[in-house]
Amino acid sequence: MTFIRQSNFPSLVAATLLGFGWLASCNLYSNELRAADEQETLASADRVDFNRDVRPILANNCFQCHGPDEGTREADLRLDTLAGAIIDLDGHSAIVVGKPAQSMLVERIKSTDPDERMPPLESGKKLSAAEIKILETWIAEGANYAKHWSLEPIKRTIPPTTKANDWVENEIDAFILAQLEKKKIRPSNAARKETLVRRLYLDLLGIPPKPREVDKFVYDDRVGAFDRMLDRIFASPHYGERWGRHWLDQARYADSHGYTNDNERVMWPYRDWVIDAFNRDLPFDEFSTEQLAGDLLDSPSLAQIVATGFHRNTLINSEGGTKADQFHDEQTKDRVDTTGVVWLGLTVGCAKCHAHKYDPISQKEYYQLYAFFNSTVDKNSVAPTVQVPSQIQVAKQNLLDAAIKELTAKIAADNSREQRQLAWEKRVVQLADQANSTTKQQDKMWTTPDPDPKSKHGAIFETLDDKSVLVKGTDKAADEYKVTLRSPLTKIRSVRIEAIKHDSLPMGGPGRAGNGNFVLSEIWFRTGDGRELRFNKAFADHSQPKYSVDKSIDNNDGTGWAINGTPEGGANHNRVAWFVLPTVLEVEENHALTFTMQFNNGTAAYNMGRFRISISSDEYIDNPSTSDLAKLARIESGDRSDSQAKRLDDAFVKQDAVLGPIFSNLESSKKQRETVGRSVPSTMVIRELPKPLDNYIHVRGDFLRHGEPVSATIPQALPALPESESRQTRLEFAKWLTRGDNPLTARVRVNRIWMRLFGRGLVATENDFGTQGTLPTHPDLLDWLSSEYIESGWSTKRLIRTIVQSATYRQASNLRPDLEASDPSNLWLARQNRIRVEAEIVRDIALAASGELSHKIGGKSVFPPQSDGVYAFTQRKKSWRTSTGEDRYRRGMYTFFYRSAPHPMLTTFDVPKFNTTCTRRDRSNTPLQSLTVANSESMFELAGKLASVIQSESKDDADRIRNMFRRCFSRVPSANESDVVSKYLNKVRSLKIHKEEAANEHFAWTATARVIMNLDEFITRE
Amino acid sequence: MSSKSKPNSANNHLRDVTRRHFFGESGLSIGALGLASVLGTSPTEAANPSLNPMASRKPHFPAKAKAVIYLFMAGGPSQLELFDHKPKLEELNGKTPPDSFMKGRRFAFLKGTEKLLGPQRKFGQWGDSGASVSELLPHHRDIVDDVCFIKSVKTDVFNHGPAKLFVQTGSPQPGRPSMGSWVTYGIGSEADDLPGFVVLQSGPRGPRGGSALWSSGFVPTTFQGVPFRGQGDPILNLESPPGFDRAGQRLFTDTVGDLNRLRYDAVRDPEIQTRMAAYEMAYKMQISAPELMDISKEPKHILDMYGAKPGAASFANNALLARRLVQRGARFIQLYHTNWDQHGGAESLEKELPERCKQVDQASAALVKDLKQQGLLDDVLVIWGGEFGRTPMGENRSPAGRDHHVDAFTIWMAGGGIKPGITYGQTDELGFGITENEVHVHDLQATILHQLGLDHTKLTFRFQGRDYRLTDVHGKVVKDILV
Repeated sequence: MTFIRQSNFPSLVAATLLGFGWLASCNLYSNELRAADEQETLASADRVDFNRDVRPILANNCFQCHGPDEGTREADLRLDTLAGAIIDLDGHSAIVVGKPAQSMLVERIKSTDPDERMPPLESGKKLSAAEIKILETWIAEGANYAKHWSLEPIKRTIPPTTKANDWVENEIDAFILAQLEKKKIRPSNAARKETLVRRLYLDLLGIPPKPREVDKFVYDDRVGAFDRMLDRIFASPHYGERWGRHWLDQARYADSHGYTNDNERVMWPYRDWVIDAFNRDLPFDEFSTEQLAGDLLDSPSLAQIVATGFHRNTLINSEGGTKADQFHDEQTKDRVDTTGVVWLGLTVGCAKCHAHKYDPISQKEYYQLYAFFNSTVDKNSVAPTVQVPSQIQVAKQNLLDAAIKELTAKIAADNSREQRQLAWEKRVVQLADQANSTTKQQDKMWTTPDPDPKSKHGAIFETLDDKSVLVKGTDKAADEYKVTLRSPLTKIRSVRIEAIKHDSLPMGGPGRAGNGNFVLSEIWFRTGDGRELRFNKAFADHSQPKYSVDKSIDNNDGTGWAINGTPEGGANHNRVAWFVLPTVLEVEENHALTFTMQFNNGTAAYNMGRFRISISSDEYIDNPSTSDLAKLARIESGDRSDSQAKRLDDAFVKQDAVLGPIFSNLESSKKQRETVGRSVPSTMVIRELPKPLDNYIHVRGDFLRHGEPVSATIPQALPALPESESRQTRLEFAKWLTRGDNPLTARVRVNRIWMRLFGRGLVATENDFGTQGTLPTHPDLLDWLSSEYIESGWSTKRLIRTIVQSATYRQASNLRPDLEASDPSNLWLARQNRIRVEAEIVRDIALAASGELSHKIGGKSVFPPQSDGVYAFTQRKKSWRTSTGEDRYRRGMYTFFYRSAPHPMLTTFDVPKFNTTCTRRDRSNTPLQSLTVANSESMFELAGKLASVIQSESKDDADRIRNMFRRCFSRVPSANESDVVSKYLNKVRSLKIHKEEAANEHFAWTATARVIMNLDEFITRE
Repeated sequence: MSSKSKPNSANNHLRDVTRRHFFGESGLSIGALGLASVLGTSPTEAANPSLNPMASRKPHFPAKAKAVIYLFMAGGPSQLELFDHKPKLEELNGKTPPDSFMKGRRFAFLKGTEKLLGPQRKFGQWGDSGASVSELLPHHRDIVDDVCFIKSVKTDVFNHGPAKLFVQTGSPQPGRPSMGSWVTYGIGSEADDLPGFVVLQSGPRGPRGGSALWSSGFVPTTFQGVPFRGQGDPILNLESPPGFDRAGQRLFTDTVGDLNRLRYDAVRDPEIQTRMAAYEMAYKMQISAPELMDISKEPKHILDMYGAKPGAASFANNALLARRLVQRGARFIQLYHTNWDQHGGAESLEKELPERCKQVDQASAALVKDLKQQGLLDDVLVIWGGEFGRTPMGENRSPAGRDHHVDAFTIWMAGGGIKPGITYGQTDELGFGITENEVHVHDLQATILHQLGLDHTKLTFRFQGRDYRLTDVHGKVVKDILV
């Protein structure tokens, strides 16, 4: 008896503290579904079904305090498992199998004593008589627990038989009709042919059909007309755009980093990969694997690497003073949560701070999933990236590479060179002796601002009079210096790092390692306004073999620049390295530049001991002075290091009468090659760390508080990964997602595709297949579609085709008075739904109707017109270079997307900011939308274009109005509609807004086109 | 689920279905319906049951405030130069901060070698309440007895973007609904020809964080903040295209309505009726918004009081617009004024902070005085503050500045049922931490909702399997400061 009495008060407190607003939350869909199911249960007198009848009652009323979460569990009682429910607590059990009268649960839910009753009075919940009856019957029938429906294996269901078969087009209809017949509802007839064509074009391609495309179907009376139309539609590359865009919502794709600075990023190669993957119908299992783990495949193709961009769509915070580890953790958690929702339809993110309240995912299991993803190189950074050249760029590169090869060979083939070079070297030494000058011409180009250094591991810095920084104190492996300079220069192209000896350093330095060496593994910098700069060229006066200076700019902190192995012996010489940016960086005067210098070399410390950073507006060209050359020439040729030899050789070749012209040819080819290389976009990708990080439970979700160590594995409630000795990676995880026995992935995917085609999924909560989600209206149909999908080899095109071929899909969407009472939400699909199109499609329809639509697929994002003043509200004014020519009329999905300030037309029509995954968009209906379509410059421009087209097609008003309807709605107007439109046309004409006849006529037609474009039907797929 | 919440009569059922169309055909919007059913139906709603999702709705319990004006000082104003006077800090100027104060604190930019920095400004005590206010805010002297200073506000995150999101949405990551969205989602707005949740901005740049700050997150887009620009058309696309005067736009709206009605007759989708209503409302907005923005109609003494100048873009104009908006029934006015990020150097306490103060001091005080003289202050809650405060240590820059400080900072509130003329909460002698009456950001949010008649634990929205709320799983109403 004690267990429930104790729990009254604390459970209320728990409910309040945990913030699950019981009183206010009330999911209408689930009410409806459950109400319907309840009726059905009573009517059919079936046995009680745990998932359908019992679990919703327990989940909504009991699991909060008697569920999977130990942290909030009351009285040691859990009701989500049989073992927990029958446990003996002070001589009583909540459930005594087969005996409701002896079950304490029944006694307590029926109790009239307010102190006794469950759920507690304060929770505001109360079981209905019907619900109590269900629980009693269930216990009497044996208290059979079942796994939650979505965790049960997918069943290969058989379409039921129905009475009226003439309506049925395929198996889908059998499932739908069987339910309708049970409810004595008749389905709707097929929509008019014109409506159907427009519906299919909008659903599958996202643009309306041209009038002749409508006619092609409407006037095709032969058998198979519908399939022929589908063939035409599926052959269009716009299919990949339409369905790719749905996927990009889930991928949270955008063209900027987010947060405050929200700088631009290059992710469009990933976007184009998605479009292409849909167009070639890449099977969904491969589609998934390539995005989640393309980098881990055996010798992956460039496309498979680009596909990993899926999880690089996370935000990057480049605000000053951010801690990379904090934001890396946020990015990783977002990847886990997004993967959970997109593939599994599970809200795994609920288990970050504590066990999931409703679903079988413990906090430990969350961090086991986290461990799959917490092994990537990116760390709140743009890097790593890959270059994605176009075909033309590849051809140019190949041509230039061949030229470079040929010229290099020519130089190497010169037999008499050695002799000439020896003579030249002598001359150089002579010249240097004569001049006896140590002018460092080069020094003039450099500026050395005051450094402001910080160390990751607590090293202490002293800035000396010569503005060099001497490092003391802690000397830990893999230290990272962050050195901030205020740049007096407004243009920056080159950076010089001098490593300088000092008596306080081991063997005089300039490194802090025992031999005075160091390993500079990476160097790059960030501007105060958050831009991340990487160098593309590096030079040094000396590099140790295998530690050449370009390894410090290769985006790989496992390699680096070191200075041992000198001909003179030892590392202990002053050394200089020069770094060059691909283009000039422009900043405001005194802008802060923060350099990151990483020193990784295994477990030993190889940090720099004294250094000085200088900057220059000019491009550093490695052009050694005569005295420098003489220094090199004095070294015996066998003793020269590779880099020294190269410097000397290059200088000779450049000045040599024979080789000079070839060399200059070579240089110019190299320069061109570089230019081409620079124009090749680099897109962000995932790369696996060579050594995985250790993983722990984060106590209360705080990444700084490590709990129990964990390793990557799958939650217990789901099918396990095969036993393996080695660490499980993203690749094993990705393959597991689409394994035959995974109960979730296919269902979740099929359900979302269904949602796109009907406006709602068979499971209404498409992002929650857990116990708090709604049940499927047609579970057998969902399983049938899922099995078909898997058996078809995960062909998305085939799945969509099957669905749109059904009579269910083809029904008219008109609301039926007879359904208003029996199925007001259209759960049972006795009709189609009218759906307002997405933001991008609103303008696409206008572009298509006016004949302006560009059919170009992919490429850089574009800048269609937008109203002034959008950036009054952003931290940085974005550059919006309004596109001209074709790019002005590209599809809405190519509009450049700044997360902090998206194009206002998009947000007005419910495009989210894509800071997190979006699995379903809202469909609001607001005055701001009306203002946008009615008044925005870009829509009015298209009304004018539509008017021009209409005017050019015919001279007759009635014909023109008809054509306008055909272009916009794929149908002809009714007599009433024609009448209203022509009255408006004539009224506007008579206003004589323009004196000149032709202009006035065009204005009247533009006004008319504007009316048509503002009708509900224009932006609705019927 | 109690059987009461089930739509058990055909009538109710129909109304719910119709209403759902206004929230979009999505399961996610159902929280609003659930909410509405708990909150009951307001008279306005009964009269016109279906056409406006922004219609005013009854709160959970009688409200103290009808509207909120949030004067957000973006960047983090220095409480140590403005409100929280620390003579001891003056005394220890240039000294190393005691270890006991530094333990366990994290900072954005500080490296650990910085020294304490005494207050850079003189303070005085003013009004009957004797509140201490810096010389930088002379106009605040007039309102100290109408204002409640909270010196003990605490936040969790120390970078600008996340910290602003935290104050505005309850979470440091973008993606949650803003406070104004929560409020209008809960109780709608009394304005039917202007947006209910309006955003105004002034200062050298936009606030860090951008539109995520006034995003509706996962609640329906209807409730996202609408930015009003200070110059030109306040709302994008407000002006009809060239060639359409008011009569032309009326004719356009009527014709669109006629044709939509014909379509409705054919397909019977109530969504079409909603769209017809939206076009009517858009037309009304085209008339009322320019009227709202035209402050030249305000008497001269009012313009002078704020320091507002018709046609200019300034905080003063925005403050006056905020008053005009609440007068017209708008529910939540979010102002931003940037940039209060005085780290030192070019962003100094010496030069930049006084400039910033000068831009807002007069108009902030004028807003409180104006609301009071118009009898509106009882109904309107005014809040003044930033996303965090600034450190007792100076940064190693010249002239001096301070780093971000999350552990204690000051904001003030006035009107809307908040006790006037009090100072609440205390910090230690150096201003590092709170010694008395901590008010966490979530507490502040709970209190703001409470004054609007909303229980922060009940204002929830189901998204991805969880009932979310502005205060996450935290927050308590600060009862001590309520009238």
